[in-house]
Amino acid sequence: MSLLDRGGEAVRHVGAIGILSAQAVTAMLRPRYEVGAWIREMEQVGVRSLGVAAITTVFTGMVLALQTAYSLPSLGVKYYIGTVVSKSLVRELGPVLTALIVGGRIGSGMTAELGTMKVTEQIDALRSMAADPVKKLVVPKLVASLVMLPALTILGNLLGILGGLLIAVFQLDLTAGFFVNDVLGSQTLSDVVSGIGKSFFFAFFIAIIGCYNGLTARGGADGVGRATTNTVVMTSILVMVSDFFLTKLFYTLF
Amino acid sequence: MDIDPLSSPLFEIRRLSKAYGQKRVLDDVSFDVGRGECLVVLGRSGSGKSVLLRQLNGLERPDGGSVVFDGIELSALTERELFPLRRRIAMLFQSGAMFDSLTVGQNVGFPIAEHTDKEPGAIADLAVEKLRMVGLEGIADKMPSALSGGMRKRAALARSLALDPEVILFDEPTTGLDPVTSAAIGHLIRSTQERLGTTSVVVTHDLALARAIADRIGFLSDQTFRFLGSWEEARAAGDAALTDFLEGRFREADVA
Repeated sequence: MSLLDRGGEAVRHVGAIGILSAQAVTAMLRPRYEVGAWIREMEQVGVRSLGVAAITTVFTGMVLALQTAYSLPSLGVKYYIGTVVSKSLVRELGPVLTALIVGGRIGSGMTAELGTMKVTEQIDALRSMAADPVKKLVVPKLVASLVMLPALTILGNLLGILGGLLIAVFQLDLTAGFFVNDVLGSQTLSDVVSGIGKSFFFAFFIAIIGCYNGLTARGGADGVGRATTNTVVMTSILVMVSDFFLTKLFYTLF
Repeated sequence: MDIDPLSSPLFEIRRLSKAYGQKRVLDDVSFDVGRGECLVVLGRSGSGKSVLLRQLNGLERPDGGSVVFDGIELSALTERELFPLRRRIAMLFQSGAMFDSLTVGQNVGFPIAEHTDKEPGAIADLAVEKLRMVGLEGIADKMPSALSGGMRKRAALARSLALDPEVILFDEPTTGLDPVTSAAIGHLIRSTQERLGTTSVVVTHDLALARAIADRIGFLSDQTFRFLGSWEEARAAGDAALTDFLEGRFREADVA
C-alpha cells in the first residue's frame, strides 16, 4: 500500500469516527432513554474496573511520595509532599492513568463485544428489525463511560492521595494531620475542574473508538482480535496526545 | 392461483448493480417478486445471492438501479426512513443471528418490545406463542448457545415472525443442517407462507429445499439472472450452466 493510500485510509477512518460520534450524541439525547441498559453497562464499565483503578492509583501515590522525598532531601521537600502528590495526581496522573488502565480494559471489551456481534450478523439482525445499533449498543456504552470514568478518576485521586499519606506517615515521619492540611491547602478549583474535565474527554474517546472498531470489524475471530488490539493502541495514543492539548487548554481557560 | 401475482408485484428491481472495490457482484439485475409467492434464488457460492437479498430490505445499498417495495423506492430513503418498511420485511440470517446476551424468549420478544407498547408479560406470552408456531416448546428461558443448529434456525424464524411481517427474506436457511432437519425447515417455510400469506424470497444452493418450496426459481450466474421462471420453464430452457447446476454436474472449466 502506498503512502498516499495509507493517508487516504486514515482520513476515511477519522471521518467515519466523526460521523459515529455525531450519531451517538444525537441518539443519546433523543428519547426514549433506556436507563436499564445504561445501568447494566455502568456495572460492566465502572464497578468491574474498581480493582485495577484502585491498585494503579494507590501505588502511583506511594511512588510519587517516595520519589519526591528521596530525590530532593536537602531542600526539606518532604514538608511539601502533600502538595506534590495531590497536584500531580488530581491534575494529571489520576485522569491519565485511570484512562489508560481502565480505558484499555473497557475499550477492548466494547470492541470484542460489538465485533463478535458484527461478524455473527447480529448487528445486521438489529438493523433488519428496524432497531438502530447506535441507539441500542453504542449509546449505553458511551453514557456508562461518561459517568464512570470521571467517577473512577475521583476515586483514584482519593486513593492515590491516601497512598501518599501512608508513605508520609510511615516512611517520612510526618503526621497525618500535617499531610492532609497540606493537600487541602494546595488544591484549587482549577486543579479539580481540569482533572475531571479531562476524564470526560478521555471517556468519550475510549467509548467511541471501542465501538467504532467493533462495528467495523470483519472476517471472523481473527478480525475481532485485530480490532481489539487496535482499540488498545488507538485509545492509549489518543489519551496521551489529547492530554497534552487538554492540559494546554485547561491552563488557558482557568 | 387465479390471478397472476406478478400483475401488481410487491418488489420491483430494475437494473440493479453492486460492486465491492474492483469486484462486480451484481450487474444489471432486474426482476419482480409477486405478492404471496415464494421465489427461490439459486446460485453457486459467491455468486452474489446474499448481496442481492440484502438489497431488498436496504441493509446494503445498490451502486446503480432501483429497488421498489410496494411502490416505495428504497435507495432514496435514509436508514431511519427504512425502519417502517423493515417492520414489514423480516429477515432470517444464515447463522440465525440470535442475540447471545438474551434468552431465546427475549430474542423472539425483542422486535415486539421494540415496536409496540405491550407489557413485558404480554410480550413473553407472545414470544412463547411464536416459538410454538415453529414447533419449539419450553425453551424460552434457555440461552441461544444452548440450542442445536436446527433449533436455533427455528427460533430465529420465530423471531422473524414476531411482528407478523408481509415478507420474509431467507438467507441460506438450511446451510449446515442435516437432510432431515433441512426438510423440516423447508416444510416450516412453506406452511408459514400458506398459513400467513407471506411473500418469501429464499437464497440457497440447497436444491432439495428449492424443489420443496419454490413457486419460481431464479438462477444467478455471472453477476445477473441467467434464468428466472417456473420449474417447467427451467427444464425447457436447455441452458447448459443451469442444467449443470440443477443436476449437480461438474466440469473442469468450472473450478474457478
